[in-house]
Amino acid sequence: MDYDKLFQTIVNAATLGSTYALIALGYTIVYGILKLLNFAHGDVFMVGAYVGLGVLTVFGGAIDPSISIWLVLCLMVLAAMAACAVLGVVIERFAYRPLRDAPRIAPLISALGVSFFLSYSVQLLFGANHRTYDTFNMAGGKLYEPALTIGSFSISWLRVIGIVSAVLLMLALWFLVDRTRTGKAMRATSIDRDAAAMMGIDIDRVIMFAFVLSGALAGAAGVLFALRTDLFPTMGFTPGLFAFTAAVIGGIGSIPGAMLGGFLLGTVEALTVTYVTDWIGIPVGLSNLVIFSLLIVFMLVRPQGILGRPDIKKV
Amino acid sequence: MTEGPRIGKDEWVARSGENIERHRLLNAADRVPGWARLVLFCLFVAAIPLVTDDGYVNVIVFDTLIFCLLAIGLNVVVGWGGLLDLGYIAFFGIGAYTYAILSSDKFDIHLTSPLVMVICVVFGALIGLLVGLPSWRLSGDYLAIVTLFVYQIFISIVTNGNDLFGVDLTGGVNGIANIDPFDLFGRGIPVSHEGIFNSNYIYLALGVFVVVFAALYLVNHSRIGRAWRALREDELAAELMGMPTDWLKLLAFAFGAAVASLTGGLFASLKVGVFPESFSLTLLITVYAMLILGGVGSQTGAVLGAVAVYVFLEALRDPDVSGWVFYIAIVLALLLVIRPRWMVAGVLAATVVFGFVVHALAGAIDDTWTTTASPEADSVTRFLDAWVVIPTSPGDSRTIAYVGLVALVLLATTVKGVWRWLALVPTLYLAAFVWENVMSEQPDVTRFVLLGAMLVGVMVTRPSGLLGERRVEIV
Repeated sequence: MDYDKLFQTIVNAATLGSTYALIALGYTIVYGILKLLNFAHGDVFMVGAYVGLGVLTVFGGAIDPSISIWLVLCLMVLAAMAACAVLGVVIERFAYRPLRDAPRIAPLISALGVSFFLSYSVQLLFGANHRTYDTFNMAGGKLYEPALTIGSFSISWLRVIGIVSAVLLMLALWFLVDRTRTGKAMRATSIDRDAAAMMGIDIDRVIMFAFVLSGALAGAAGVLFALRTDLFPTMGFTPGLFAFTAAVIGGIGSIPGAMLGGFLLGTVEALTVTYVTDWIGIPVGLSNLVIFSLLIVFMLVRPQGILGRPDIKKV
Repeated sequence: MTEGPRIGKDEWVARSGENIERHRLLNAADRVPGWARLVLFCLFVAAIPLVTDDGYVNVIVFDTLIFCLLAIGLNVVVGWGGLLDLGYIAFFGIGAYTYAILSSDKFDIHLTSPLVMVICVVFGALIGLLVGLPSWRLSGDYLAIVTLFVYQIFISIVTNGNDLFGVDLTGGVNGIANIDPFDLFGRGIPVSHEGIFNSNYIYLALGVFVVVFAALYLVNHSRIGRAWRALREDELAAELMGMPTDWLKLLAFAFGAAVASLTGGLFASLKVGVFPESFSLTLLITVYAMLILGGVGSQTGAVLGAVAVYVFLEALRDPDVSGWVFYIAIVLALLLVIRPRWMVAGVLAATVVFGFVVHALAGAIDDTWTTTASPEADSVTRFLDAWVVIPTSPGDSRTIAYVGLVALVLLATTVKGVWRWLALVPTLYLAAFVWENVMSEQPDVTRFVLLGAMLVGVMVTRPSGLLGERRVEIV
């Protein structure tokens, strides 16, 4: 048994999983309240990554920033969170609100349009070519040095930053939803929107707040994800799809479910890429085939997810 | 908030007279029988190759017919069955790859094309049945996401298909090249004749289109079509009426898949090769946009939507006409939205004046912000250069202007009365600025940006599209 490879796979699963969990939370919050599958969420995530790039450029780039690189990283995450929160609210106001009482298919198609518009707008302004944050040269390569060494295994700063900030954000979200008045209003709205409205809850405000939270998480996830990969206009599609599935697997509408699903899906992806494709004897490129087939089977067997309640239809 | 229905009085029925009046033109079009409309459309398409032998135009006509077929196929699943199928393009791809495998040098199989077409239809329908199976347990968003997985599986098989357990099936990223042209029992139809596009392909596509259109029309007016509509409106009620809803869903999937697969075969017969990139998500959303614009549930609408969207997209790609298309589209949109209509002239005049003022100011502050056209340029270019601010090095102003334009357009849709007229003037001018400085340089990207915006706009203002079947919600 190659323990080094196993350890790397576990670390990989945790990093991927934390990103998926952050995006999945955005899907689940909106779905819980509006019963709307927000197809544009993956593209909000992509916009977040580009906002981070913009902030990095303003402060002089990765090699020679005008202020401390750690401060720049914080600013990148914060700016992306703010910009994506605004973007989320704008999308809700103009693309979803007019369709709130329309047949279920209408807001889905509108969401497809928004997704298309965002990714092609970014391509129009910044080109289709891949860009990077150039993390290799940030603080003289410090991000790739080991932050934690246990025996012969080590984890780089990059992964520690990714995992720790994702966990912090999830704790903050849990506090907001579980311990504040607004969170209480959100939970009430997700259980029964009409009853909540009759109790004096401003539904429009709750929905707006849901989009603020979902956008902010997507923005943070975008910057954290782009620390490890390239930026390009369609980068939001695959993580978005995986994260949505993570939300469904965990039980859509359930916040702990989305976190669980995110980490579960990260594990499945990391395992498939390192081990499963090897066992079946197919090229790594086909790992998506295995993952998606597993997901289809799962959704057929348990559509309500692990922590979700079955949808009972009353006539 | 809109006012809810009053008790004892159905709002929709009360306004029916007004609705009839408002849609007099559409109602007149409705009185033309279906077959007559189809004949008119066919005569029009068939006449194009006789009028022009421009290969570019003829290929566009062929591609438009391909898109018409795709749109009426999607209409079966989405419009009649009410099932959101995001894996639709996979069936188009399956058809194209089936044709490519069964008649090319790849495996040295060269079947005659009518046979291949039959195989495409049957194979596509079978896969459609298989993909439709999850619809027994899942509905709505869940079904959409599962079909999207199917699409992903299709793409990953096709892109990695050069080494499937040691067999090279699809050629991977390089696709399958050197596909045989359409072959009618041993008599091949060459794609081009003496370097000119063979217009027989248009007649071929037109023939397939007429057959599919008529077949689907008949299906829609049969028991199955009525059952589909019942299923779409209320699945539970349909089931209680004794309709086999599970089979109806499968049937809708199979019909859509068969049409898409057949279209794929036709598409592959003209193109020299098939590649994974030909079956992108962009294509899926384009077909959805066509169906939505034309009106979900209407076959005529789907065809009109396909023609309008495809011609619009192609026109935007041509640098000579794209500017005209953009400005004319803006004026048309204003004519549709603004009441009273004469205000359009007022707004446009104000924009022209506003533009000259801004241009003069910008030129006075810094002369690198404006360009002067050479005196030999035509009058339109000279006017635009004297009116729109075109900085010699736009830099970050491109991004700011673009974001500002989106914000202004959204603002103009929310404010009312005089404020709207005031907001429209800078919006229009900024639109011209963005077009000249950002969009016109990348027509290939711009057209999809506009398509996405149009999809949202149509959905929000008129969810039933141009000719869609209106739903009457009974509370």
